[in-house]
Amino acid sequence: MKNFTLSELCICAASEAWRDDGEVLATGIGIIPRLAASLAKLTHSPELMMTDGEAYLVSEPVPVGRRGDYIPKIEGYMNYSRVFLNLWKGHRHAMTGPVQIDKYGQTNISFIGHNSNKPKAQLLGARGFPGNTINHSNSMFVPRHDRRSFVEGEVDMVSGVGYNPSRRLKGMREDFINLKIIVSNLAVLDFKGPDHKIRIKSLHPNVNLKEVQDNTGFELVVDSENITETPLPSDKQLLIIREFLDPENLREKALPDRS
Amino acid sequence: MDKVLSAFEAISTIQSGMTIGIGGWGSRRKPMSLIRELIKTDKTDFTLVSYGGPDVGMLCAAEKVKKLIFGFVTLETSPLEPHFRKARQEGKIDIMEIDEGMMNLGLTAAGMRLPFNVTRAGLGTDALKLNPDIKTIKSPYSDETLVAMPAIPLDIALLHVHETDSLGNSFIFGPDPFFDEQFARAASKVIISSERIIPTEEINTEKTIWNRFERSLVSTIVEAKFGAHPTSAAPDYGFDKAHLEEYSNSIEPDSWKKYFDTFINIENTEYVQAVGGEKFISSLEVPVF
Repeated sequence: MKNFTLSELCICAASEAWRDDGEVLATGIGIIPRLAASLAKLTHSPELMMTDGEAYLVSEPVPVGRRGDYIPKIEGYMNYSRVFLNLWKGHRHAMTGPVQIDKYGQTNISFIGHNSNKPKAQLLGARGFPGNTINHSNSMFVPRHDRRSFVEGEVDMVSGVGYNPSRRLKGMREDFINLKIIVSNLAVLDFKGPDHKIRIKSLHPNVNLKEVQDNTGFELVVDSENITETPLPSDKQLLIIREFLDPENLREKALPDRS
Repeated sequence: MDKVLSAFEAISTIQSGMTIGIGGWGSRRKPMSLIRELIKTDKTDFTLVSYGGPDVGMLCAAEKVKKLIFGFVTLETSPLEPHFRKARQEGKIDIMEIDEGMMNLGLTAAGMRLPFNVTRAGLGTDALKLNPDIKTIKSPYSDETLVAMPAIPLDIALLHVHETDSLGNSFIFGPDPFFDEQFARAASKVIISSERIIPTEEINTEKTIWNRFERSLVSTIVEAKFGAHPTSAAPDYGFDKAHLEEYSNSIEPDSWKKYFDTFINIENTEYVQAVGGEKFISSLEVPVF
């Protein structure tokens, strides 16, 4: 009998993204990444900076959902203008939820389709992805690991830079590009294959290699000897998530348990 | 010197085909009463520059937009903006889609009267590939290739603030002033709407920390209590989720006509009543993110 849900497993796995990052702004976009960044700060990386979701830095991650009596513990200011300055300096690690990811780690949140003047589906727009990905560390969360998310070929609109040699401009500085991990509902992937190719780092319990590869639109690097099972949440992690960070269980709506 | 005009007078100076920058961010502190006034005119074919929310969507629905310079358009109450989506999916507007930081830099360059601003944002992405007008440049100090983000000069900037005197000494009390200053500096002419117009004597040292740009930038002032509704003007009021939902559902021609007749093609004083009255708007809670 497991004592944790898929969302809790993913939050704990995703919190590892920020380990050893030092004093950077940890930004988690969406419920699972935000809980993951919060958990990282409350466990292995208290030095991380986080915001209240608006314009202030907080010394303790703000729980998700209704605040009730909770008063955010403000420690500084981080409005959008300062976020730009912070990210151009590289003092940030964001985890986002792209709609498409390709084999180069290029990401898309802008639109679906191949005609940029008349897209099949308009999404948010590229937002800060171009600037984020060329300036600081980035990780990703994918709630549904399938071939629509992990696409064959390039993503429809390259919003976030990846490791694609054909898009490399001569003289373009690439050493600030740092894609760390992708956490999906099936596995944890990293960029440690040859030439930053996407590699399977760990499989979630009861998921096999074939299931992950079959649901990915490109070939993953399989380094069998080094593939582990995704570490299971500890009691301490579960307590922090359930009692403090997400008492309303918004994580379950964001990523329903599959068992 | 008194810069206060009615919304009608202020907006009548705008000509078809102009490039208009809109302050605020998403569904926060948007100059919506000015946008509604603009929609009522027969002027059209605008190029908009915005950290987009319902300002962009509404102008798309009213078929006023020729081109949009943007990084995103969102309602925040839901991530996507249905009227903007519809215009895009029907191929109705031209776009320059860029990183939100590139937009900041383009506005800043215009404000400094420079032709471009240097950045790495955009390299290796479709923000460059789909915008061949945006050039790269080689650093004169090394061999590094950088983006030369072109200046984005504006004919007009429309901004919403909390307080101003009649000279344009304006104050934004919200936690984040967003990029209103950059819009103001990039524009030939700035029209601000304000929750309140105060006597100059009321301004003191403490208040000046909320003064985000100097009055020489401000051309015209329009008094507009609740002028940001249905977007928020924290700390005064939050955004109106129910109204934004009604707006979102007004997507077909019939329902848009109804929305237009009920909420846009009326006087601003009537607007406050039409959406629920002063008490109701004041009671809208400031959103928690």
